[in-house]
Amino acid sequence: MFRDAPHFDVRDYLRKEMMPHFLCPGCGHGMALRALLWAIHELNIDRDKLAVVSGIGCAGRLSAYIDANTFHTTHGRPLAYATGLALARPDLHVVVITGDGDCLAIGGNHLIHACRRNLKLTCLMLNNEIYGMTGGQVSPTTSETRLTTTTPHGNSEPNFDACALATAAGAGFVGREVTRHVPKLKELIKAGLQHPGFAFVEVVSDCTEVYGRKNDMGSSAEMVMRQKSEMRPSAYRDSVDEPFRSTDLPTGILAQNNRPEYGAALRAAAAARAGK
Amino acid sequence: MNAPDRHVPKAAAAKLLSGNAACAQGAIDAGCKFFAGYPITPSSEIAERLSTMLPAAGGVFIQMEDEIAAMAAVVGASMGGVKSLTATSGPGFSLKQENIGYAAGAEIPCVIVNVMRGGPSTGMPTRPSQADIFQTRYGSHGDYPMIVLAPASAREIYDETIRAFDLAELCRTPVILLYDQVIAQSSETVALGGRVPVHATRKWASGPREAYKPYAADADLVPPMPRPGDGYRTHTTGLTHSETGFPSQDPETVTRNLGRLYAKLDRHRDLIDSYEAVRCEDAEVVIVAIGISARAARRAVDACRAEGYKVGLFRPVTLWPFPEIALREATRNAKAILVPELNIGQLRLEIERQLRDRRVEGLHLISGEPITPAQIAASAAKLASEV
Repeated sequence: MFRDAPHFDVRDYLRKEMMPHFLCPGCGHGMALRALLWAIHELNIDRDKLAVVSGIGCAGRLSAYIDANTFHTTHGRPLAYATGLALARPDLHVVVITGDGDCLAIGGNHLIHACRRNLKLTCLMLNNEIYGMTGGQVSPTTSETRLTTTTPHGNSEPNFDACALATAAGAGFVGREVTRHVPKLKELIKAGLQHPGFAFVEVVSDCTEVYGRKNDMGSSAEMVMRQKSEMRPSAYRDSVDEPFRSTDLPTGILAQNNRPEYGAALRAAAAARAGK
Repeated sequence: MNAPDRHVPKAAAAKLLSGNAACAQGAIDAGCKFFAGYPITPSSEIAERLSTMLPAAGGVFIQMEDEIAAMAAVVGASMGGVKSLTATSGPGFSLKQENIGYAAGAEIPCVIVNVMRGGPSTGMPTRPSQADIFQTRYGSHGDYPMIVLAPASAREIYDETIRAFDLAELCRTPVILLYDQVIAQSSETVALGGRVPVHATRKWASGPREAYKPYAADADLVPPMPRPGDGYRTHTTGLTHSETGFPSQDPETVTRNLGRLYAKLDRHRDLIDSYEAVRCEDAEVVIVAIGISARAARRAVDACRAEGYKVGLFRPVTLWPFPEIALREATRNAKAILVPELNIGQLRLEIERQLRDRRVEGLHLISGEPITPAQIAASAAKLASEV
């Protein structure tokens, strides 16, 4: 059970006309959305100034439920759309919601460069290890040997460690949390929202319907309980010494630095040139 | 012969400008405040110039990681309320298509410059081509209308860049500026004064927030746009949507909304349509051409007339929607039509479609060289002697 902060009622932040929502029973994305809205509530972010940009897929659909300025863009491109929006309107608080396929496959290049650029954006990547909306195909984060509709003999590709990737690409803030701990997830998202540059938050979610069912992973509760112990990006696994390979997936703030924010640096450079 | 005075420079200092430089200046003068791009020949001078000019004008220039990202950033900036531009060439234009379709469907104003180069694929980066005529109109998936302007000189690129921004804002739609490498990179002496620009401003949502529907159109069929920060808290999506902006697959709703996208351009045809007709009144042969081919054709008309052949030129400045009424008027007395172009027959197909009762001949050059006035004159004279 998680306890809401005083005065937080998630319904205040949702679009009632969009209910009932389309998420499957047991989907972790609802908890990720709840944690995001809770963080926005606790930080008292003005929703008139809040812009949520999402891509395509189950995660991409979440923006429509948020009572704010919301943009459901093209597959893999929400970070690029958000880059234009945030540069054009530095007064807005821009949040990106993306999925593992959206962010790491078709949108992988945009993620790398968003990390490098360090524009003030908060990117929530909801990782359920699968393409859910298109029917359960393998994604860049699907664990090895798992069955999907396009890996009928088991996944042979190593999976991505998105946080290691974001850190290597220079993201100002990198964190990971599981939907099993919504209050902790909320705190991590809050830290990301407060970070002055690019913040990448991986949310370990679950897909009961088209992933868990196919791999005999049990109920959604069982899937949630094994989030930290069974899901392990191979890049991470390979990077640690043998005795530590059985440790849990690392969560919390994994990297943070305060190098210059891109938008401010751009404006300062232009102003300096204009002054000459 | 509408709006001919736009091409007559009045008292303004003449400058030596390339077409791409004129485009950058036009964007600044139109109030563009955002450019996102990715380097590609022969369009890169637009980005290079705007990297200096935009910050000085209080705007933002960004070179994105790829063409797709550049188009996405332009749409994103426009959703924030800023006049936005990108410029590219053939292969880059192909990559931008999905997000151009998004801008058409979600009704986000923006301007896309495509300086054509030969193809297919990487093609001929430094050679002229006119082979993207259909890609500008039909490049993205699904049904959507598109405004495409095809200027033929540095001066006209300047004017049409400003007009592209105006039409984008007025009609709440992406507008494509299409020209070829010769006029993009050749320098001409032009004076930019003389035209009073429209400088359309976007129609922003106002009034009670509770009752506001982001895709409920006014009488001009253009819905007022919500500006983030003004409190309307709307949803924008590439999915088919109802007047509320939320996804809908209701047959009547999606049919009505898509129908409106076409109808809103029809409603503004008097502002969109632009063309030039030269000596068409008594012409037995009318040449139809755009860009550098039209400039060669203009010389060919004079050469043919000097030899007694009744030849005229129809030059659509607005390529899409095609100014078909003006074409019919210009070819009223013509027995044959000649379409010279740097491709295997794209504009000719459209002319054949519109003038089915007439003989339409093509003059197609795909070698990477421009068509010369002499080549066009020879074809036109031959055609005139046959009809």
